[in-house]
Amino acid sequence: MSQVRVLVGTRKGAFILTSDGKREKWEVNGPLFTGWEIYHLKGSPVDPNRIYASQTSGWFGQLIQRSNDGGKTWETPGGDIKPGPDAFQKPASNKFVYDASDSTGKPMTTHQFYDGKPHPWEFKRVWHLEPSLTDPDTVYAGVEDAAIFKSTDGAKTWHELAGLRGHGTGPQWQPGAGGMCLHTIILDPSDPKRVYVAISAAGAFRTDDGGVTWKPINKGLYSQYIPNPTAEVGHCVHHVAMNPKRPGVLFMQKHWDVMRSDDAGEQWREISGNLPTDFGFVIDVHAHEPETIYVVPIKSDGEHFVPDAKLRVYRSKTGGNEWEPLTKGLPQSNCYVNVLRDAMAVDQLDSCGVYFGTTGGQVYASNDAGDSWNAIVHDLPAVLSVEVQTLQ
Amino acid sequence: MIRVVLPQHLRTLAHVSSEVMLEVTDPVTQRTVLDALEARYPMLLGTIRDHVTQERRPFLRFFACEEDLSHEPPDAPLPEAVSSGKEPFLVIGAIAGGR
Repeated sequence: MSQVRVLVGTRKGAFILTSDGKREKWEVNGPLFTGWEIYHLKGSPVDPNRIYASQTSGWFGQLIQRSNDGGKTWETPGGDIKPGPDAFQKPASNKFVYDASDSTGKPMTTHQFYDGKPHPWEFKRVWHLEPSLTDPDTVYAGVEDAAIFKSTDGAKTWHELAGLRGHGTGPQWQPGAGGMCLHTIILDPSDPKRVYVAISAAGAFRTDDGGVTWKPINKGLYSQYIPNPTAEVGHCVHHVAMNPKRPGVLFMQKHWDVMRSDDAGEQWREISGNLPTDFGFVIDVHAHEPETIYVVPIKSDGEHFVPDAKLRVYRSKTGGNEWEPLTKGLPQSNCYVNVLRDAMAVDQLDSCGVYFGTTGGQVYASNDAGDSWNAIVHDLPAVLSVEVQTLQ
Repeated sequence: MIRVVLPQHLRTLAHVSSEVMLEVTDPVTQRTVLDALEARYPMLLGTIRDHVTQERRPFLRFFACEEDLSHEPPDAPLPEAVSSGKEPFLVIGAIAGGR
């Protein structure tokens, strides 16, 4: 019997929600890491018991947690207690240090601050963890200030793939309202050297050589809030999604505009169509129908809650442009929540499950591809991220 | 033995319940105490001092003997009461509500 495990990161800890394949009754475990911001948790596709979590705090900085038993127990990789004579050897732990060397990439430069002035890169937190498709000990981290790091030893040590920050446009990047974060990492299952990332507010980027060199892939994006609306970089991309069965076809929720690319990001076109607003954060793709996509429109710029006080997921079965509201089981009055960029996911079961979490602390699940919804939980802390593991 | 008191979140992280007892070779300073603490509990690396600059994280303070030692040089000797184990070295999180 299949099982589903939903990994939820919130402002005050993590929660793990489990159900059988029917996805009707749920067990809720948590909070884990109580009181800490858990920006993201994600399991390894090769070893589902290996889960990585980004644990962060304004007081104590960034930690990475790792579980080897599906979330029952956790450890800080490299953080074992060391009694005895070796106690004074300085161990390496979850340390994110920008690569400023001449030999790998370019020396550290500056990016733009909110006021357009040059500002040095300062590490703040890990927004997104993306485990390798083939090795449970290899994992990528998208961080603020925007950069991508890689670990090949189960998150004990990290090194920056400095070619992203150093490829040339870095000094033009600027923070979005949430900070200058690298929030999306997509690994191409058909080409192990191809990785996509997205940064607010710089845009989308791609490497075809395993992270050594990168290029912006933002042609076709139009952002009226930057001096040159069609600039190579500067676009506030909120999230990008790809169905792994159809690599190269990408869907993007930008600050405004929902976009798609059919050529690995070389060219984008708008597919906002009849959405009530083309602003939002999340976007995801049905597990088995690569032209079926989901967004949650949000009212902006000032409000950042759902329009008309109604929580509606919009689904397109035509790859965009034609959208239908999905409302069954979702609040249709007095609702003022947001759905943040990493807070939607799909499972792999035959009837595709769709999941999302809100800033109001609800996690909604649909076991029928969005036709109807149920709240698994109502009252968690504000949800930052949702990921799903489909277990056999 | 040097006595160190951690804020609750770091006690949970380090799997300790109350004071931490550390052997620290002379001189007993902020730096040598924190070096010993991080070596004994590597999961605390980066949580009290920045990984790179080794500067105290801005929302933390160091107290001992009813004094704020946060702005003392990291290599200055700590009070004799701390080095003798009579008084603990306190790592305090800023009182900050709201979120």
